[in-house]
Amino acid sequence: MTENRLVPAFSLIALLGLWIVAAAISGDPTVLPQPWALIDPFLQEVASGELPYHLFQTLIRVLWAFALAMGVGIALGLIMGRSERINRWLDPWLVVFLNLPALVLIVLCYLWIGLNETAAIAAVTLNKIPNVTTVIREGARATSRDLDAMAQVYRMSRWTKLRHVTLPQMAPFIAGAARNGVAVIWKIVLVVEFLGRSSGVGFQIHLYFQLFDVAMVLVYAFSFIFVMLAVEWLLLQPWERRVRRWRAA
Amino acid sequence: MISVDIQQKSYGDTPILGRVAFQIPKGETVAILGPSGVGKSTLLRIVAGIDPDYQGTVARPDKMAIVFQEPTLLPWRTVLQNVTLVHPDLSENAAMRMLKKVGIADKAHLFPGQTSLGQQRRLALARAFAGQPDFLIMDEPFVSLDPETADTMLGLTETLIAETGPAVLFVTHAREEATRLADRILELRGQPAVLAPHLVETGEIP
Repeated sequence: MTENRLVPAFSLIALLGLWIVAAAISGDPTVLPQPWALIDPFLQEVASGELPYHLFQTLIRVLWAFALAMGVGIALGLIMGRSERINRWLDPWLVVFLNLPALVLIVLCYLWIGLNETAAIAAVTLNKIPNVTTVIREGARATSRDLDAMAQVYRMSRWTKLRHVTLPQMAPFIAGAARNGVAVIWKIVLVVEFLGRSSGVGFQIHLYFQLFDVAMVLVYAFSFIFVMLAVEWLLLQPWERRVRRWRAA
Repeated sequence: MISVDIQQKSYGDTPILGRVAFQIPKGETVAILGPSGVGKSTLLRIVAGIDPDYQGTVARPDKMAIVFQEPTLLPWRTVLQNVTLVHPDLSENAAMRMLKKVGIADKAHLFPGQTSLGQQRRLALARAFAGQPDFLIMDEPFVSLDPETADTMLGLTETLIAETGPAVLFVTHAREEATRLADRILELRGQPAVLAPHLVETGEIP
């Protein structure tokens, strides 16, 4: 048990060790600074308020895109999973959008909607909807016909049925789509910011890329990775445990 | 009054049910008896309104309840919620009284998966009777129970039917269950299945 818990820690320490060795060999802090060389720039960015501001901007975009993609994706997935006829019509669209490179969607959104917030969030949302839909559709196909019949005979209201009969059956699929979603969305948000926004972690990385400042690029990248890990551990995992309570019981 | 008049029901080209017609007044319990695979469950799904794809007419009241072969509960909601969610007008106290009647009041705050199969079936019964249904449908509710449990469940069902007084349609392949619970037994036979003897053809609707 303790060994299992220690393995990830040792593994990460090993990675850090590798970094230190690589930095020492390269001997050039402009190419790869030592880990501790990042602490000062990090503190400076926090003190100046730059880092919190850009982190916040990116987080807002992630939240919007996440909420929209999950909302639309769950609705579409449910409809497509439960109606074979609608699925036949929409499935080809899904395949097209699934295979559309993220970059193409981003560029098109900027060209068509303009270099603004709407375009940025629309691009990320459109990128993620097909994945969410695909996962949710599988879940909707697996829902119990018996429970449907039960809900029908007892005349459960549409909302009660959705909330207490359908969605709980979909919980593992929704959780899967959500975790996957967050992971993919924040990466796409960074690209969107890199290409066409004047705020956010992606924009800052673009800026320091042009200044060839590896340390600052790493500072921003790690800051955001830590934020997203916190979201995973503090929000997603506890929520998942909560909806799985009845299984463990 | 429940009025069933089915002209025909097929799956693709295979006819399952022929003309099946009967009526159940409030307070009467009718058993549909027949061998496995004859189309009892198909008939029941039509009568319950789950399967709308048939020729004929069924008149049924709004307040219906159903007990399936399997308990068919919401495993992610507590025992008590399994009753209250289905009957939103029912107070928590009334739901608790119902659970007490079937003998699982102490399990109210557990999840169904934490109770035994027998207790889950009791919960399915409680859920059915809690809404004071005008029409109760039961699909082999005592199948796959050991004889002792089946007997207890039968007794419990009898009591609850006597208290609530709904029209009851129940499907079974066990004649002793049918004779014990039902006021009237209709037998489903043949392919496509019809009520035997050919009651409908004499012009009288049973």
